[in-house]
Amino acid sequence: MINERVICAGFGGQGVMSMGQLLSYAGMIEGKHVSWLPSYGPEMRGGTANCNVTVSDTPIGSPIITHDATAAIVMNLPSLIKFESELENGGMMLINSSLIDRKIERKDIKAYYVPANEIAGEIGSGKVANMVMLGAYLELTKVVKVETVIEALRKVFGPSKEHLIPLNEKALQRGAEAVKEQ
Amino acid sequence: MARILMKGNEAIGAAAIKAGCKFFFGYPITPQNELPEFMAREFGKHGGTFLQAESEVAAINMVYGAAGAGARVMTSSSSPGIALKQEGISYIAGAELPCVIVNIVRGGPGLGGIQPAQSDYYQSTRGGGNGDYRLVVYAPANLQEAVDLTMEAFEVADYYRNPVMVLGDGMIGQMMEPIEFKEPKKRELPSKDWATTGTKGKRKPNIINSLRLAPAELEKLNHKIQDKLKKIEENEVMYEMYNMEKPELVFCAYGTTSRIVKNTIELLKSEGINAGLIRPITLWPFPYKAFEEIPETAKAILTVEMSCGQMVDDVKIGISGKLPVGFYGRVGGMIPSPQEIVDKAKEMLGGVK
Repeated sequence: MINERVICAGFGGQGVMSMGQLLSYAGMIEGKHVSWLPSYGPEMRGGTANCNVTVSDTPIGSPIITHDATAAIVMNLPSLIKFESELENGGMMLINSSLIDRKIERKDIKAYYVPANEIAGEIGSGKVANMVMLGAYLELTKVVKVETVIEALRKVFGPSKEHLIPLNEKALQRGAEAVKEQ
Repeated sequence: MARILMKGNEAIGAAAIKAGCKFFFGYPITPQNELPEFMAREFGKHGGTFLQAESEVAAINMVYGAAGAGARVMTSSSSPGIALKQEGISYIAGAELPCVIVNIVRGGPGLGGIQPAQSDYYQSTRGGGNGDYRLVVYAPANLQEAVDLTMEAFEVADYYRNPVMVLGDGMIGQMMEPIEFKEPKKRELPSKDWATTGTKGKRKPNIINSLRLAPAELEKLNHKIQDKLKKIEENEVMYEMYNMEKPELVFCAYGTTSRIVKNTIELLKSEGINAGLIRPITLWPFPYKAFEEIPETAKAILTVEMSCGQMVDDVKIGISGKLPVGFYGRVGGMIPSPQEIVDKAKEMLGGVK
């Protein structure tokens, strides 16, 4: 039974909010219960952004994740520092090793290091680093199908941005490959 | 119909459009800004008029005007903005006009902060402005409910000729959940023959006014309003009883906090403690009768709020001294965690055993 509670975190502009929204959207398309809760507040440019996403087979109580995240996707160092303690025992942390050069401290959680910015750069645009991380997360958890994420992306993008779909597809795929060996 | 993923603020706007709302007057304030933003973008496509007023006071008086002309009209704001609107709300209640007011509550007092809170309970449920009146107050706990209750709010406002409030908080406004837009439930509504729509030389002018200098006349109006409020108390109470078969402890919580309490109930269950929840959906009229349905297994009531305990008064009225009433709350934009509530629940049960 699925009950995933995911924190997506990074700098504003790294696409952490849209990563969380896509995951929620895909969960909804697959008929699951989902919630997406953003942090909001007076943040400076380049400040931190994060959202709490729940994807579950059963109705969702509180959409807030408090020390019981099943996973955290962290795109920058402040996010790693802030959210390492929010994971439950046995939870997993996906770390953007392009921008974070240290390891996690906890021994009771699993860590996966993905050079998301480098991979994104290799395939054509640093902007899809978030999709690389999402691809890695989906490979590890199989919460929703990658095809469903693409379907969600098509709905969000609309016909005018159809040309961006292959790049995003590639990013998801490369992210998945990056954690297969770990 | 297909489910749509939407932010709470936007969903409330979409629900208003679906309910036939034709005018929206507002003024920006966090954390409800996506609502006027959505209306500014979408309302015109559906024959609605969006106007950003120069202040909250202006916005509520525009609502007064549009309501007087018989239109379905809405305004939205957040706590300090709603405080500014109170004069207009009282006038609207005094003139017996229907309208919908959305309050996406933030921490107070004063300008306070922008994070979620429930500290406008007194302001919402006791009238808020001067004089003897009440608003019907809906407190959705999820976005589907926010949509359904917003649509219902317009019907109830028209049915009783009374202002209705939809009370959310920063979390309800900002979060996204799947929503299904069902056809709104229609009531049989009386025609708005009181509205100032122009006489066309065929009838006496209708007058919309809340000033009544003759005491006898004003007393008559007050009695009329009270009769109407009594009917609302009889017919419009809404609440949810959750896990209430054999609870040792009964929580009372609404909106966002009720969701956290549901998680708390699961945690307590894993420790062998059975707890239930009374969740008021209408804060006024308050579901006092829910407290008469509490099974004898219950030893205590624990009210949980994002305020300093404003709902405790109503819970005490509801339980009439039959059970001890405890309180746990976080304020200022802090959100209680399930574990904190578990600790308080155990402390309470330890105390009453």
